[in-house]
Amino acid sequence: MKIVVCIKQVLDTAAEIQIQDGKIVSPGSPLIMNPYDEFAVEEAVCIKAAFPESEVTVISLGPDSVKETLKRALAMGADRAIHISDPSFAELDHSIVAKILAKAIQKDSFDLVLCGRQAVDDDMAQTGPALAVLLEIPFVTVVTKIQFSENFETADITRQVEGGCETRKGMSLPFLVTCQKGLNEPRLPSLKGIMAAKKKEIQTLGATDLELDAQFLDPKNNLLHLVNLSLPPERKKGIILEGEDIAKQLATIIREEEKII
Amino acid sequence: MDKEITIIVVVEHDQSGIKPVTYELLNAAKKLAGSGKIIALYFTDTEEADELALTHYGADEVRVCIHPDYHQYIHETYEAGLLSEIEKAQPDILLMPASNSGKELSAAIATRLEVALATDCIDLQLSEDGEVTIKRPVFAGKAYSLCKLSGPKPYLITLRPNIFRGEGADETRTGEIVKEKISLPDFLNPGLVREVGAELDVTEARIIVSGGLGMQGPENFKLLEDLAEVLGAAVAASRPVVDNGWQEYSHQVGQTGRTVSPDLYIACGISGAVQHLAGMSSSRCIVAINSDPNAAIFSVADYGIVGDALEIVPLLTQEFKRILEG
Repeated sequence: MKIVVCIKQVLDTAAEIQIQDGKIVSPGSPLIMNPYDEFAVEEAVCIKAAFPESEVTVISLGPDSVKETLKRALAMGADRAIHISDPSFAELDHSIVAKILAKAIQKDSFDLVLCGRQAVDDDMAQTGPALAVLLEIPFVTVVTKIQFSENFETADITRQVEGGCETRKGMSLPFLVTCQKGLNEPRLPSLKGIMAAKKKEIQTLGATDLELDAQFLDPKNNLLHLVNLSLPPERKKGIILEGEDIAKQLATIIREEEKII
Repeated sequence: MDKEITIIVVVEHDQSGIKPVTYELLNAAKKLAGSGKIIALYFTDTEEADELALTHYGADEVRVCIHPDYHQYIHETYEAGLLSEIEKAQPDILLMPASNSGKELSAAIATRLEVALATDCIDLQLSEDGEVTIKRPVFAGKAYSLCKLSGPKPYLITLRPNIFRGEGADETRTGEIVKEKISLPDFLNPGLVREVGAELDVTEARIIVSGGLGMQGPENFKLLEDLAEVLGAAVAASRPVVDNGWQEYSHQVGQTGRTVSPDLYIACGISGAVQHLAGMSSSRCIVAINSDPNAAIFSVADYGIVGDALEIVPLLTQEFKRILEG
């Protein structure tokens, strides 16, 4: 089975952020693999362990720093990595990024595409379904379980829905899945994995390799345009309740001042 | 603007009927539409659908699209129905809830039509010359991004639940109701098994009672469930609680969990890691109960109680029960 995993490098979730010159910055905070993409890499590596005639390719689009995240995926057990990089990609919106990823994936054959359910930086949850549409394959999002049949041709796929879950039975490959927490427990790369990753290839593809022309990459084609970023409004300073009858005070406030109940 | 605007609202519903978030979409649509037209699109398998309320909340037209495959949501059938209705109505804007279904459906449609999509919006504005600007949280709410949409119509916008609640139903309001049996392409209809409990989902709840490591063990979440029951609330948890296996992942609030904006968020024994604060700090009113007076959670709380959540939560349950039972 040829498995493609799309990963994104994001700012550490523990980072406190600031806005400088219209951009989000967090000096000194590490860049990490998007946490939901870790579930995707882990799932791919687990499928390969269960079905050895598999190959796991990880793909990421971004600046040179992205190579570190690709190396981590290789150390977790992916076989090869593709770094999609071009100076002209920096200003593009999600719809164009999905098209570029689709072109890169289509350079080779594939059976299964795994993504995270969303990136924890821009929280759009768009790339997975968009890719599936562009690749013309079925998709299931926010997945917490993939149960393959014995011959690895079909799978029962469970996804989270509000208030519960639903399982789609007997989905045939190829398909795309976006991965949710609960799917597995991503491993920490072992020393052996890290050493093995050093020997694995990271292929770099630029705009020319993907036959993308200047018109395609013109940020004027973006459909979503950032006007500005702001920090959330400061919350007004809170009141610490004290005294004997704290519960009564609070219940009264919630009812009479806040009028919530 | 040269012409009146048309807005389509996609009705989200389940076995228990139309979901409240649908009325929030209608409310948001009313603010934008002016004298334009709001069409509610209701995909269902029954002619006995409960569509009347949609007109009370602002729909000028309700299109009930009936097909046996609509006995439950799968994105393929919704996509097919939506594409055909978009073709007919030529809307300027399509509103959907930022639910798991709404997010995947909007992404697929936007890609097929090559139109703009903005997910999980908390504000939207339409300028006089027809420009649409939206505000949405990024980094789970650590920052807000203001964006302009462009390109061919319709613009697809998903809205965060609980933000656009309006004045409620106006039962004197009327609208046109069109019921139509539609045809759909044959889908390889995979067997679909849905298990949805009676439990209120944290993203849809108006009140959330949330527990952290200060609850000291999974058995003590019973205290939170009791309080939640009295308040009609959902129970949520911080990440360490979920990682310890005390609560299911679907209850996790934070940057790697669910982001929520309820009217009331009661944080019990939660210290307030930056990821957790990101996921809940847009709640209208926040109450924090923690034994550590220096806990970060107090920095976002409107009301704080310094003390042991295990002692205070039962007192709250008792007190709320007393005043609610009048």
